[in-house]
Parts: sequence; structure tokens; C-alpha cells
Amino acid sequence: MQQTSDNFIAAATEALHNDYQQATRDFLGQMAPKATAAARANFGDWDALRAHVKRIREHSLDHLAYYLEQYEAAAQADGVQVHWAEDADALNRRVLEICREHGARRVAKGKSMVTEETGLTPYLESAGLTVTETDLGEYIVQQAGEPPSHIVGPALHKSVDEVRELFLRKHDLGERALDGPPELVAEARTVLRDTFLQADVGIIGANALIAESGHSMLVTNEGNGDLVANLPAVRIVCTTIDRVVPRAEDATAMLRLLVRSATGQSVTAYTSFYGGSRREEEQDGPTETHVILLDNHRGEMLEGPFRDMLHCIRCGNCLTHCPIYVAAGGHAYGWVYPGPMGSVLTPLLTSLEASSALPNACTACGRCAEICPADIPLPDLLRDLREEESQQRLNPRRWRLGIRWHARLLRFPRLYHGLSRIAIAALHRLGRRRGAFQSLWLAEGWTGQRDFPAPQSSTTFMQEYRQQSRQSLHSQKAQHDGE
Amino acid sequence: MEPRHSERGAPSPHVGLFVTCLADLFRPSVAWASLTLLERAGCRVSVPSAQTCCGQPAYNSGDKARAVPLAKSVIRAFEGLDYVVAPSGSCAGMLKVHYPRLLEGEWRQRAEHLAQRTWELSAFLTEVTPLPLPANRPDAGHVAFHDSCAGLRELGVREQPRHLLRQQCSADIAELDNRDVCCGFGGTFCAKMPDISTKMCDDKLKAVSATGAPTLVGGDLGCLLNLAGRARRQGQNLQVRHFAELLVGDINQPAIGESGD
Repeated sequence: MQQTSDNFIAAATEALHNDYQQATRDFLGQMAPKATAAARANFGDWDALRAHVKRIREHSLDHLAYYLEQYEAAAQADGVQVHWAEDADALNRRVLEICREHGARRVAKGKSMVTEETGLTPYLESAGLTVTETDLGEYIVQQAGEPPSHIVGPALHKSVDEVRELFLRKHDLGERALDGPPELVAEARTVLRDTFLQADVGIIGANALIAESGHSMLVTNEGNGDLVANLPAVRIVCTTIDRVVPRAEDATAMLRLLVRSATGQSVTAYTSFYGGSRREEEQDGPTETHVILLDNHRGEMLEGPFRDMLHCIRCGNCLTHCPIYVAAGGHAYGWVYPGPMGSVLTPLLTSLEASSALPNACTACGRCAEICPADIPLPDLLRDLREEESQQRLNPRRWRLGIRWHARLLRFPRLYHGLSRIAIAALHRLGRRRGAFQSLWLAEGWTGQRDFPAPQSSTTFMQEYRQQSRQSLHSQKAQHDGE
Repeated sequence: MEPRHSERGAPSPHVGLFVTCLADLFRPSVAWASLTLLERAGCRVSVPSAQTCCGQPAYNSGDKARAVPLAKSVIRAFEGLDYVVAPSGSCAGMLKVHYPRLLEGEWRQRAEHLAQRTWELSAFLTEVTPLPLPANRPDAGHVAFHDSCAGLRELGVREQPRHLLRQQCSADIAELDNRDVCCGFGGTFCAKMPDISTKMCDDKLKAVSATGAPTLVGGDLGCLLNLAGRARRQGQNLQVRHFAELLVGDINQPAIGESGD
């Protein structure tokens, strides 16, 4: 997918000016935190679960090679063909090879952020295949020619009216009313039914890989994942190496966190565990099953300072808790993963150079880290990325030098206090009458949309305090002399 | 010098006031009010002259190397005192939470030692040395309260300033419906991404306006300068003040960003 993360600020401004979409995002930003908070409150000991899953994930990552080998062996014993892909291109090529081996023309896809990351759909399309997304949200954005705006709800930015117009335009089904969501869903279901039945290959993702059994776990609310996984002759599971956990109960412990944090439900409508292909005595299921394990920088992350990010379970809760995501919208982030988790992942999975605005899209308010079910210190990771930016000189020179000189000056208290006295006296004199400045040299970023409050006094506190201490010393001395 | 003793006879704690650069430069009344409150709570207060800034601008901008010497000089200036108190959750959080992460070795130990004794003003005045009731209680009236993120999430400051405002000056506190959400200040963020920041600030000001309170009170000057500056630009009639000013009854002087003439 074409990355436009470097355009974040301008894209966010544009999004802010779309009143309808802003209102939709504001609503989402109010409702989603309430829904997930209620789900957490109804669970019981949420913090204990969070700590438990964190230990599982840490243990799994500490022994990643071991559990991946165990997974591979168990999956192979179940008849699954396991492939390893170093990068996006390797995954895409492998999928195309499998499709070609089977002379496939039609591909049905379940929801998968990993294949968004590798750009699989355009890759297969450019090779002449027809690829159809079957998750309703993904289907809508695919029909609209847009990327997802949210990792769990890809079409959350679209209104019912927009979807209605889209379906009327895209589906050749004659005149019809399509009034309201039930009719829209029914139509999508009808259209997609043929996709499921005609697909030669079904591609799905995985929420977890279970090492002991070689199974992959997938949760959906629409059941499309199961149709994609079981109706076509060939099933391909595309996922990443960091999804592996030792046991089935580890996957389901994670599931409890995931579902509540993603949608506020206590369980998804469908939770499926996939093993190998159809057995001889069985009537349905694919005749061939593949799992492709993508690395794409996860190995580097495992060894580096951003390892905590591998704990992410892709619930999307940090997105709707982030006022910057709510303001800017998912598309402004310019790649696959938006919001706080995206601002960390995008530089790590693409390059810091191509996404240097993203680590700055944070006020360090800490709301994301507070609710993150994987307990990832997102604001700290973003600060660490800003440090890398600063070291690589990717941040604007003006800012870098400004911060540097300010910090240098602060090391000399007498000089700093002396200079600030002069500056504050001048600012106070200039701003006293109005109380605030409407524009100020070197502070345009501030004064573009806010006044800059003038200093309250012509003196700094440190100056006033010193004067007062001196006076009280004088009066004590005078008193002493007088006695 | 003989240590002063409080009424109960226990030695009065020696508190170092961490003024914060914003109070020093833009709002000395906040530092004076903090000093008064700490003394009223029975503390002996010093204001180390070697203090400048906690180093957050450099630290949060990714220039950790330049934040390190600033952290060390704060530690040096304050480590002989019983407590460090700041009228800001953000600066207190920097000392308490981030210095130990920023520094290493022996300096980390010194940072941790200081962190244990560092407090945000309202937390200190409720949890360490409770503030006695004043003889004449000022009446703060109907005020909306803004929680600053660092104080709220790094230090657990939520009820303490509300308690003090009710107890000390009979404040009728209005809660904002988005009180958990950032006001869009975020240090350099507000100047780097002004459109997003302004949207966040407007959301906050709308919530303030919905309460009908004529005054907005908070505990961090960064947020308050941001909110007051935007309210003024929008022509929103709102007095923005630090809670310490209300606690000492210092409300006759202009609110933040208001004209003194």
C-alpha cells in the first residue's frame, strides 16, 4: 500500500474540516471507551487477567524459536503446509504461487491486517486474480477504493447513506430501496454468498497460533472467516511469527482481553480453531491448507528496544481512546495501522524517515497506556522513537536546535534567570494592556489559533523571591542593629 | 538555625518549592500561593535558586542527552530537603516517574531517593501535611475543574485538589463530561500540530461552557495557558486560574491571559 504518513499533519487538517466525519469520529470517541470500560468492569479481576496474559506473551516471546518450531511440527503433523516469509514481498509471492499451482482465479479474503500490511490484494489483482474482501467493513472500503480507517472497524468512517449509495452504484441489482442497515447487510450477504461459493482460494488471518496443537485461532462477528476458511478448496492463513502462544488456554485467556477491548462484547459471535485439511471421512473443509508466517521486522523488534510492541493484540482500543486519532481519523496516518499503536508500528515496519510525524502525534496524555490490554507503554515508546528521530536528525532543524539551546541555557541558572528577567519585563510591558498576544514572533504555532497569555508581572517569581528575601534580611538586620 | 516546630511539637518538614518554569515566568502568583499554603500547613519552605526547569521539553522532544544534566542539577539542588513540592502534576511527574528512568547507576539511586519525596502540591497538602482550615474561608463559587493528564495518570491526582477546593474555599465544582481527555496542550505538541491541538482544546472548552461555570480551575499552567489562550481567541468569557490561587483567596488579580489594566 502506498504510504503517505509523511503527510499526516495536512491530512489531519483536511479530516478536521469534514464536519460529518468529524462528528462520526467524535461519537465513536465517546461511545467506544464507554463500551469497553463497561466490559472491563463486568469481567471481575481485569488487572489480574492482564498481568497473566502479559506473562504468557513475555514467555512466548522469550522462547519464540522453540514455540514456533513446536507449532510448525504440530501443524505439519496435522497436514498443514507451513511457509516462512521474511518480508511482505515473500508472503505475497508465496500466496500467488499457491494460487497458480491450483489455477485459481477467484480469491475470497477474511479480515487480515497482515495482508493489508503486505499489500496482498493489489499484488494478486495485478497478477490477474479477482480478490474479494468478505468482512463487511473490509468489503465496503474495498468497494469504495479506500484503505481501512480502523483496525477492527475498517469502515467506521462511512455513514449509512454513503454505504447505501455505494451499494446502489456497485451492485447491479436494479431498483431497490436499501433503507437502513438491515437491508444493506442483507444485500452484502447475498452478494458475498456467491463469492464464498465460487472462490478457489480462501485467505484468512489468525489472532493466535497454538504451539501444542498446531491450530490457529480466529475470531469474527460475521462468520465470514469460517466460510472463507472452509468452502474454497485451498485455505491460506496469513499471520506473523509473534502470534504464537504455548497452549489453547493461553489463546483463550488472550481472547478474553481482546474481545472486551475491541468491541466491548464478552465473546465474539464466532471463535474458530483451524487445523489441517478435510480428512477422508469428512464431507467438507479445504483439501489443502497453508499457513504463512511473516516476519517483516518482527525479528528485529524482538531483539531491540521496541520489543514491548510485539505484545499488541490488535484490539484497536488505543485508537478510540486517543483524542488525536479521533481528531485526525485513521486515514491521516497514511498506512495500515493508525492511532497510538500505529504511530509506534508504522516507523518500525516501514521507516522512521517515511513516518517521522507519527511519533510526534502524541501529547503523552497516557490514556492509551492506561487501557491497553497488553500493558504496552505506548507514550514511552513514542518518546523513544522521537529520540531516534532526533539522533537521526529527522525532526525539523528549527525544533531540534531550539530545544538544544533552551536546554543549554537552562544549565546556567544565573544566566537563565537574568535573561528571563529581561524577556519577561519586555513581554509584560508589550502585553499588559491586552493581557495576551494575538501574534508573537517565533510562536506562530501557538498564536495561529490561540492568544498567548502575557506574563502576569514585570518580574519573574525567582526575582521577586530574591528581592523579598533580601528585604527581610535587611529588616532583620535593621531590627538587630536597633536593639 | 533552630528548626521550627508545628503545634503538635513534631519538627516541621523542610520543603523545597519547585517553582516550575511556567509559574516563574508567566504566573508568579501561583508560586507565591504555593509558598503560602505550604507555610500554612506548617512547613519550612526553601526555594533553591539553582532551579530552572525540570527538563521536560528536551526529554519529551527526544533529546534525552540534554535532559540528563538538567535532571542532575534538580536532584543536586533539592536532595538535602525533606520534600520537593511542585504546583504542577506534569513537573512533579517528571521528577517522580521519569528521572529514575532517564538516569543510570548512582544517579538513578539518587533520582529514586528524590522521587520518593516528590509531591504535586494538592497531593502533598492532603496526604503529607494536611492543610488546616483558614480563619476566613474565601468563597470560590461555581468552578469547572480540569484534570491534567500527567498528574492524573502518573501521580493519581484527582480528588485531592477537589477536596481542598471544597474544604478550603467552599467551591461548587462542576465536572466536565470529557474530564479524562487531554486538552491538547502536550508541550511542544500544541505548536507542532496546532490544528489537532486546537480541536482538542475546543472540545474541552465546550465541556466547560456546558457546565455554566464562570471559572475554570486546574493544577498545571501548561494546560491553563493553552485553554485560556484559546478561550480568549474565541471570545469565550472564562476566567482561568490555578487552584493554588483560589485556595489562598487570591482572585482579585486578572485571571490568566486577562488584561491587568
